[in-house]
Amino acid sequence: MFVLLCFQSGPASLTTEDLSTNANGPKQASLFDDDPDDLFAEATEEVSLDSPDRDVLLSDGPSPAITPMTPPTSVITPRIGHAHDDMFTHSSFDEFCCVLWLNVVFLVPGDGMNAYMAYKVTTKTSMSLFKLREFSVRRRFSDFLGLHSKLASKYLHIGYIVPPAPEKSIVGMTKVKVGKEDQSSNEFVEKRRSALERYLMRTVKHPILLKDPDVLQFLESSELPRAVSTQALSSAGLLRMVNKAADAVNKMTIKMNESDAWFEEKQQHFENLDVQLRKLHASVESLVLHRKELSMNMASFAKSAAMLGNSEDHTALSRALSQLAEVEEKIDQLQQDQANADFYFLSELLGDYVRLITAVKGVFDQRMKTWQKWQDSQMMLQKKREAEAKLQFNNKPDKLQQAKDEIKELEMKVQQGERDFEQISKTIRKEVGRFEKERVKDFKSTVIQYLETLLQTQQQMIKYWEAFLPEAKAIS
Amino acid sequence: PIRSVSVDLNNDASLLIDIPDALCERDKVKFTVHTKTTLSSFQKPEFSVPRQHEDFIWLHDTLVETEDYAGLIIPPAPPKPDFEGPREKMHKLGEGEATMTKEEYTKMKQELEAEYLAVFKKTVQVHEIFLQRLSSHPILNKDRNFQIFLEYDQDLSVRRKNAKEMFGGFFKNMVKSADEVLISGVKEVDDFFEQEKTFLLDYYSKIKDSTAKAEKMTRSHKNIADDYIRISATLNITMSFVSLQKVEGRVASDQELKLTELLRYYMRDIQAAKDLLYRRARALADYENSNKALDKARLKSKDIPQAEEHQQQCLQKFDKLSESGKKELTSFKGRRVVAFRKNLIEMAELEIKHAKVRSSIQLYYICFIMCTNELQYAWGICKILCEQI
Repeated sequence: MFVLLCFQSGPASLTTEDLSTNANGPKQASLFDDDPDDLFAEATEEVSLDSPDRDVLLSDGPSPAITPMTPPTSVITPRIGHAHDDMFTHSSFDEFCCVLWLNVVFLVPGDGMNAYMAYKVTTKTSMSLFKLREFSVRRRFSDFLGLHSKLASKYLHIGYIVPPAPEKSIVGMTKVKVGKEDQSSNEFVEKRRSALERYLMRTVKHPILLKDPDVLQFLESSELPRAVSTQALSSAGLLRMVNKAADAVNKMTIKMNESDAWFEEKQQHFENLDVQLRKLHASVESLVLHRKELSMNMASFAKSAAMLGNSEDHTALSRALSQLAEVEEKIDQLQQDQANADFYFLSELLGDYVRLITAVKGVFDQRMKTWQKWQDSQMMLQKKREAEAKLQFNNKPDKLQQAKDEIKELEMKVQQGERDFEQISKTIRKEVGRFEKERVKDFKSTVIQYLETLLQTQQQMIKYWEAFLPEAKAIS
Repeated sequence: PIRSVSVDLNNDASLLIDIPDALCERDKVKFTVHTKTTLSSFQKPEFSVPRQHEDFIWLHDTLVETEDYAGLIIPPAPPKPDFEGPREKMHKLGEGEATMTKEEYTKMKQELEAEYLAVFKKTVQVHEIFLQRLSSHPILNKDRNFQIFLEYDQDLSVRRKNAKEMFGGFFKNMVKSADEVLISGVKEVDDFFEQEKTFLLDYYSKIKDSTAKAEKMTRSHKNIADDYIRISATLNITMSFVSLQKVEGRVASDQELKLTELLRYYMRDIQAAKDLLYRRARALADYENSNKALDKARLKSKDIPQAEEHQQQCLQKFDKLSESGKKELTSFKGRRVVAFRKNLIEMAELEIKHAKVRSSIQLYYICFIMCTNELQYAWGICKILCEQI
């Protein structure tokens, strides 16, 4: 079969490396050009032929990447818990060894709305930061929000990308609290558990945040002071804070003269990424919906085919139709599982990144704020110097001393402002680099796991149809 | 592929019919009906005529109205060409053009064009099968109107109008309320027909339901295929030799041809068989009424010879319908079983093939994404996989 590979990703640039691969082969462009809009750009991972990844490719049996470390004993078990695998298969063990996962414990009873869902957070680590190798604590949703709020207040304004916490959902939670034991509340609980797990993992993956005492306390200490006023702590609260910063930027009287092209380029890049991700997220949500519809229609058809088989008076054909009904029903189940995978892998990942990009954009705005502050102090200093000159001219010695003192203070402030601005710029550069690397890794590993679910579905489908074929041939 | 809906057609070299091409002008489809024959009843051994969908309907209706064929299963009329679905989608696509990227728009447009083509192909094939059913029927293939349809090189619309005026859909209207008569039960004397009646009524409602559900399934498949188009367009990673989307889309149309078309065709065929049962039931009723009339005549000692003759005619007609009907229904059952077998086998084989192709493609994607910096490695894997497809 002739293979035609056409890469569409902006202008196709052929590097010499590519051309040497196959002189007769079809045109081959470097797929992962530095296309800023390419989700997989800047992949710098080296894959050597002896790496564990290769074994995943060529082995037949279940590979480490597919079998989860410890299945989460949650209310529903999705097929794969990906947080665990990521750590152990994709990074060398020395570099970063802190894995954690969440289990839903139970609904802590209370009167009506005072009931809450408790989550058991288990951490396994080899780092000396922690007192033990493995330990668990119990936390509730507001604790997570509280943690995020503390981290945001400490790190956002100096340029660190603090992962946003999952959204509050009054409707979803109410159903659970009221004790509704149905499919949708189970799904809700699992969705939340998974989201909290991803949130914590992202937080501890950050080398600075991991060392933060609030994070350590969150993971380790058995008792945690209750976080109050979680209104402002929610993801929506963060959004409001970010929007405030954005407003401030818009209201800036002096437009920031961006001397550093890197920042301008990166901001544009994140703008584009934001648009792309939102679009993708919408398409994937549509996919999940349609697959659920397909599953429903298949189940309905299976029933109908079974009835048709019963009605059929030719014996062998009747049996074949009943078998067909069974196959369709089994495939319907497969499609349902696939829809779950669509959701838990793709849709949630995309949703997470839409929120993360908001946090990234927020950090850029913080830099602008810092710049503004610096400029303001500089302007203030200028004014004070002018005032001082005036005072000197008018010969007012006592006021003059005060002015000189103020000027000294302001000079320090200006210096500090400049330092702050340089620091935040430096931090952001590092953060963005780290973020992009993480993003690529995250997407790659999730997409691969998603494809693996698709693959499993296909293999299963082959089995079902191959079992059906002789039945069809037996009709005489 | 849809030819396997009715197997063993167009085998007899004495009369071979096909529709080699067709033109689509807005709503109207013009079919080219091509005939090759060794029969002397035709003027030439090979010829072609242009026909519209309405001409097929005219032919079908005249056959239904012909008394002599009351004991036969008249092949169901081909459904009207329906481009409404893809047309509406094309319209929506045009409206939403501003909101999508160029790639997305191009891809969706291509997909829609393929849909149009599929509908077009399907309608050509159902019209072709209708004619081939007629040509392979020992009695119907000698019908005068059938010959006119194949041969007459002028426009048939004049004949069509005349026919409408003559019959006014007499038989058709009667047949519409067929089920009630059958169900309310003229007392059946023959076991074979009693069984057939029960079976066909039940089977018809079941297959109608299955057809509708199968159609819903294929629509869902299409929706998923469309989602994959959008996703792959947004991702910018388009490797267009065989993409996930293309395979999903193809499955939707192959599955449709196999399963849905099979069910749909036999639903209509069973309706035609029910119509036969109805006509026979009607003849039975007429016969019973003629008996009553004869008794009355004997009582009154009036018009006895006429009543006797009328009764004889009714009996003859009823017997003829029963004999012919039995033959038709038996061969119908055989035809149905053979067609189902062929289709189910082909469908299962297609599903297996597609699932294997999809597995290879998915594996390829996995390799490719993992080895993004090792292009030579990825290229090698790609070659191995493609050899397996």
